[in-house]
Amino acid sequence: MSRKKPTVYDEIRAQGYSRRDFLKFCGMMGAFLGLEASGITQMVKALETKPRLPLIWLHGQECTCCSESFIRSSHPIVADILLNKVSLDYTETLMAAAGHQAEAARQATMEKYKGEYLLLVEGSVPTKDDGVYCVIGGKTFENIVNEAAEGAKAVIAWGNCASSGCVQAANPNPTSATPIHKIVKGKPVINVQGCPPIAEVMAGVVVHLLTFDRLPQLDKHGRPKAFYSRRIHDTCYRRPNYDAGLFVESFDDDNARKGYCLYKMGCRGPVTYNSCGVIKWNNGVSFPIQSGHPCIGCSEANFWDNGPFYSHLPSFPGFGIEKNADDIGLALGAITATGIAAHAVATNIRKRRLIQSGRMKDKKQNSNT
Amino acid sequence: MANRIVVDPITRIEGHLRVEAEIKDGKIVDAYSSGTMVRGLELILKGRDPRDAWAFTERVCGVCTTVHALASVRSVENALNIKIPANAELIRNLMFTAQYMQDHVVHFYHLHALDWVDVVSALKADPKETSVIAQSISNWPKSSVGYFSDLQKKLTGFVNSGQLGIFANGYWGHKAYKLPPAVNLLAVAHYLEALEWQKEIVKIHTIFGGKNPHPNYLVGGVPCSINIEENNAINAERLAYVGTLLDEAKMFIEQVYIPDLLAIAPMYTDWAAIGGGLSNYLVYGDLPTNGFDDVASFKFPRGIIMNRNLNEVIPVDGTDPEQIQEFIKHSWYEYGNGDAVGKHPWDGETKLNYTGPQPPYEFLNVEEKYSWLKTPRWKGNAMEVGPLSRMLVGYASGKNDFKEVVDSTLGKLGVPVTALFSTLGRTAARGLETILVAKWSLEFFQSLLTNIKNGETSTFTKDMWEPDTWPKEAKGVGLSEAPRGALAHWIKIKDKQIDNYQLVVPSTWNASPRDPKGQRSAYEEALIGTPIADPEKPLEILRTIHSFDPCIACAVHLYDEKGTYVHQIQTF
Repeated sequence: MSRKKPTVYDEIRAQGYSRRDFLKFCGMMGAFLGLEASGITQMVKALETKPRLPLIWLHGQECTCCSESFIRSSHPIVADILLNKVSLDYTETLMAAAGHQAEAARQATMEKYKGEYLLLVEGSVPTKDDGVYCVIGGKTFENIVNEAAEGAKAVIAWGNCASSGCVQAANPNPTSATPIHKIVKGKPVINVQGCPPIAEVMAGVVVHLLTFDRLPQLDKHGRPKAFYSRRIHDTCYRRPNYDAGLFVESFDDDNARKGYCLYKMGCRGPVTYNSCGVIKWNNGVSFPIQSGHPCIGCSEANFWDNGPFYSHLPSFPGFGIEKNADDIGLALGAITATGIAAHAVATNIRKRRLIQSGRMKDKKQNSNT
Repeated sequence: MANRIVVDPITRIEGHLRVEAEIKDGKIVDAYSSGTMVRGLELILKGRDPRDAWAFTERVCGVCTTVHALASVRSVENALNIKIPANAELIRNLMFTAQYMQDHVVHFYHLHALDWVDVVSALKADPKETSVIAQSISNWPKSSVGYFSDLQKKLTGFVNSGQLGIFANGYWGHKAYKLPPAVNLLAVAHYLEALEWQKEIVKIHTIFGGKNPHPNYLVGGVPCSINIEENNAINAERLAYVGTLLDEAKMFIEQVYIPDLLAIAPMYTDWAAIGGGLSNYLVYGDLPTNGFDDVASFKFPRGIIMNRNLNEVIPVDGTDPEQIQEFIKHSWYEYGNGDAVGKHPWDGETKLNYTGPQPPYEFLNVEEKYSWLKTPRWKGNAMEVGPLSRMLVGYASGKNDFKEVVDSTLGKLGVPVTALFSTLGRTAARGLETILVAKWSLEFFQSLLTNIKNGETSTFTKDMWEPDTWPKEAKGVGLSEAPRGALAHWIKIKDKQIDNYQLVVPSTWNASPRDPKGQRSAYEEALIGTPIADPEKPLEILRTIHSFDPCIACAVHLYDEKGTYVHQIQTF
């Protein structure tokens, strides 16, 4: 067999997809990534000329919702790319091998593709009591992550568990569940937030790395800006109801049946950065707000401890929409944990004033700090 | 002298599972199942708003997503005596059935099939032969010679690339694989088709719950509203979408999943005599059609079968402190009054107490504690839960739906009902109940349409929503049947907060370590006597363990401490 590795494009053609399908896929992913036409051309070229990227996907303290979301990737060619065009060499959820043969597959990729493979981590790392709360093949998860990170080109932290510890890190965090960026040193870590992240966002991040050979731009929480720079609130189709003061007062009331704003039901849209309002879920079918439930803020660190979910934002300690924006600004310096939230609310207040004074033009404000 | 082998990680499951097995003369003579990860969610739930608990507990498992959310909202509704509207029950049932269909199909093709299907052998198949077989067992349209031939070419290209991805290091060529190449090729084709299909059926969750995995639930009903005159609610378009997805699901199940199951099973009839394990089966029942208090209205009946006696279905009562108890003799926890006693979940205690070997380790000390799973027992008996239990209790209860599907299928295969007590039977039972669930889902859908047509559109009751209306103290239980078996959440509410929250989940029943009497739980018992052709490649262990569809994140350490309260619940 020739040493020349088949490129992603070769693989796609070999799978029976046309060049037209391939270009359509590139265009679609490009749109998700916010690329200009020239960027899409670059993506086409990259996928045409590169071999399959080896991936190692580790599972720690998690519920496997990220893997499940990943396989929901909607456009057939995306699922195909991720299962066949990249080389998913280790994933406990899907791989045929088990036990030491599974471990051997991981070792083989770590050696053969040192410095080339991508490490994907689903789940947090329990650091308490020398890591005995998550042990695989007799080794602690912390040990496995560090070992696999050493030769990785970059690390993707899937979902809220790997990005910020998610539910097991909620107070009192009994096992000291720790996000990946606090474990892995000296490697770039991309936090693909959400519980779980949207399937096409997961696909989009992998494609970005594969295509451009560089990290996507990240926000200060390590999240790709392409997918996490807009608040749910600013991309929500129910936003005009908020601006007009039309709110659901109780689940399934007349206002709920008309699709009014869920702010008063506890919606975290104003303090949550994610693509739910743009890409939506499961091939654009819906997203939580569209189906009548407030956003619970699952792409933000510590969202579990910012409850109760059905209390609306002003009841959060430290800030409130009724408060004057300047007061909130002062509080912001003191309470960094709620900084984003407070800032976002302050932005809203400014916006409301602009609306009220009739000066609001088309200001899609991105208050990402 | 027995030879100890270790399989860790057991892959193609949810969570972290380790099996140590002792082999003598080519057979397993003893086995130990260990959960090796713990999160401590029950401690995290304390002091929170009970209406939020569904979201926390839903994150127990992302594979069987929704099931913990459902058990959770039921526990709160039970505690506060909330009766949900009929439409909410129907929508929950539709989400339940969608979950079953997706979960069981994914289990069969993506988690279990590679134990029976040799992917590499498919390269040698004659696509013509595959086509003939496909067309003889089903009307599924993707069955032409060209279709299988193209697939085979792609597969060959994939294998030749040298990057085998998820298929690397499988037990390919193992002599326990018995399917002819043509059938292997068919199964590989459907592995890929099922991967495409599974993302469709979950859209029912997205329509009603906004996303999948982890759709939204709501205490008192469901979050979506119905308004056939609005664009922002469940209307004709949304309903038509659901109807189409259900029709397509039923077609996939009847034309792909079940024919494949029936084509593969006859090649492995020896597995109808292997892996039977325990003789006792526990089912809480589910899919209410007249409110959850009316147990007789359940599509999946409740009950217990002891000693494989299908002539008697014994009632189960989760409120009785003598019935369901938890033991920790071999689990990394400690009880205030010693390891010999069992505790009803209401009186449960949880104190992490790791006494295992310091990692990295080679073997666990199975004479002592060896798992993060506790050991639940019913009246001291080890019980199996899951699809096999449900089919047996339905059958033994004399329900026609169950009788028909079991008798006709076993008739086709020419095996008696006792063949169900096996690894193959467990896998077959999962398929059979999927047929039922697909059928019932259309009934629920029709009932929902009828209600809406008659002007009944309520999906939520505001009764007891406001915490100010709650009693100072309340207790409840939420029972359900997760795809993997009997699931229950117990809640105690005090001063508007969660005072105590406990879960007893399916894989805890099945995957737990042995109890103080030395009785094995379902996994360990089912492995006894399993032949192992090659200890280096213990494919046979995977077959039996996967037949249970392990889901270990759910199973681990979900009990709260407390222990001083005498709990009561309103109904069971």
